[in-house]
Amino acid sequence: MKLKQTGPWIEHSGPDADVVVSSRARLARNLSGLPFVNQASDVEKREVLRLVQTLPLAGERSEELVWIDLQQSTPEDRRLLFERHLVSRQFLESVSPRAVAIADDEQLSVMVNEEDHLRMQVLLPGLELEEAWRRVVDFDRRLERNADIAVHPRWGYLTACPTNVGTAIRFSVMLHLPGLRLTNELERLRRASNDLDLAVRGFYGEGSDSSGDFYQVSNQLTLGVSETDLLATFVGEIVPRIVAYERMARDILIERSSTLLEDRVHRALGTLRSARLLAIEESMKHLSRVRLGIALGLLTDIPLGTVQRLFLEVQPAHLRRVQPDSIDNTALEPVPEDRLLDDERTRRRRADLVRTALTEPY
Amino acid sequence: MNTKCDQCDKPAEVHEIDAIKGVHVHLCREHAIEAGFQVPQSAPVTDLLTQFATMQAPTQSPKKVEKPAACETCGSTFARFRKTGLLGCPECYEAFCKQLDGVIARSQNGASNHTGRVPDRSSALIDLQALRRSLIEELDRAVASEQYERAASLRDRLHTLASESGD
Repeated sequence: MKLKQTGPWIEHSGPDADVVVSSRARLARNLSGLPFVNQASDVEKREVLRLVQTLPLAGERSEELVWIDLQQSTPEDRRLLFERHLVSRQFLESVSPRAVAIADDEQLSVMVNEEDHLRMQVLLPGLELEEAWRRVVDFDRRLERNADIAVHPRWGYLTACPTNVGTAIRFSVMLHLPGLRLTNELERLRRASNDLDLAVRGFYGEGSDSSGDFYQVSNQLTLGVSETDLLATFVGEIVPRIVAYERMARDILIERSSTLLEDRVHRALGTLRSARLLAIEESMKHLSRVRLGIALGLLTDIPLGTVQRLFLEVQPAHLRRVQPDSIDNTALEPVPEDRLLDDERTRRRRADLVRTALTEPY
Repeated sequence: MNTKCDQCDKPAEVHEIDAIKGVHVHLCREHAIEAGFQVPQSAPVTDLLTQFATMQAPTQSPKKVEKPAACETCGSTFARFRKTGLLGCPECYEAFCKQLDGVIARSQNGASNHTGRVPDRSSALIDLQALRRSLIEELDRAVASEQYERAASLRDRLHTLASESGD
């Protein structure tokens, strides 16, 4: 599979990177004249794939698209795409004809035959929702010039699930909120989000937990609010408020229990620098504390990008890719997903990777 | 944790603050949905859709004759939608238009008209008269239910629409 070792942008930190890890704009589109994916036969699904693949979608930024046919990829490669937030869990687990197109910089990607014919996203580091929106809408315009997209005069863009109609857009930000968790303020955030029709999800979206204190906040309403109004609310109100709330929680922690906080941060770094076995959850937990320590200026010798990269590289499929086991000759052979479990060898490999990354000069 | 619903004896699942009255409310799943609250995320979307759909049913019994059993284009039925939460094809939106009205409005805070981008080529498809009529209906409903903020934004949209179409 033609994917780089880690997403090329992963080590870049964008605006407000102390709290905002990444920004995403995603559009759902369906071709008219064809059944939605859930009702389509394999022949029709292949027809969708063929159609989309032949469209001239490359933009001026030399958006060279790499196509990956998921039916012909290995479970490990599929898992890699998932860990990199390029495909959803549902897409990973499906068995029917489907593909993902990924731009060279991995910021733009298009899932074909997920719940909708096309789900295209632009994922950028830090708080850059406006740029994500600009780029995804550029792509959408090219798509619309070349394909007949299903729209309704009253309900706008049509989607397989009627709760996504209208703009069919999902703006989301991935936030690092250890301060709000440590000060027990998350429940309040969830309630406030609910009142504002926002969904708060875990690290890997729907149904996932908030591993490493990462939370994904996204809009739920898609009808009756234009994309630009929604974007303005996200960028002008919602995200700045949550960011300010998190920073306030961090300030309170420093003010009231700075020694305890410093202790937690340094213990976490100590564990990561000395452990010989690291389980996935444990590594996420300690990396989260180290990330907080960097953001607060308690740790000055570790770049944020290094920690950000480690969050990705400790995931099972990435771990196999970046740290092949020299004893295990079959390390790079395709393996079924259950072999990607957190066994002792995996945990040792993870500990080696993290220890080296956080000990060597950067 | 075992608070009862304010309106019946079932255990409350939704605990919210009524911002207008400034009081705490505790509601069971059914009453929370009825009152328009978001129920906890653990509820699968399809369950909610089913409930929306079932709640919708009695109000439209007189006109049931029109209801097609299946979408003529893809053969998908509304019963299938209730089970899966997914429609079979774009034409299902016409085939099940009446039932979907309620489902969509409930999931979208009462909104029933698209605002925002449309494909360049299909902008001519938008029936401005129909859009204006449904905006006016929605405005009436908003005023009747004392949703003044919503009413104001609907009024703004009607003004914009009028100026865009050269009235």
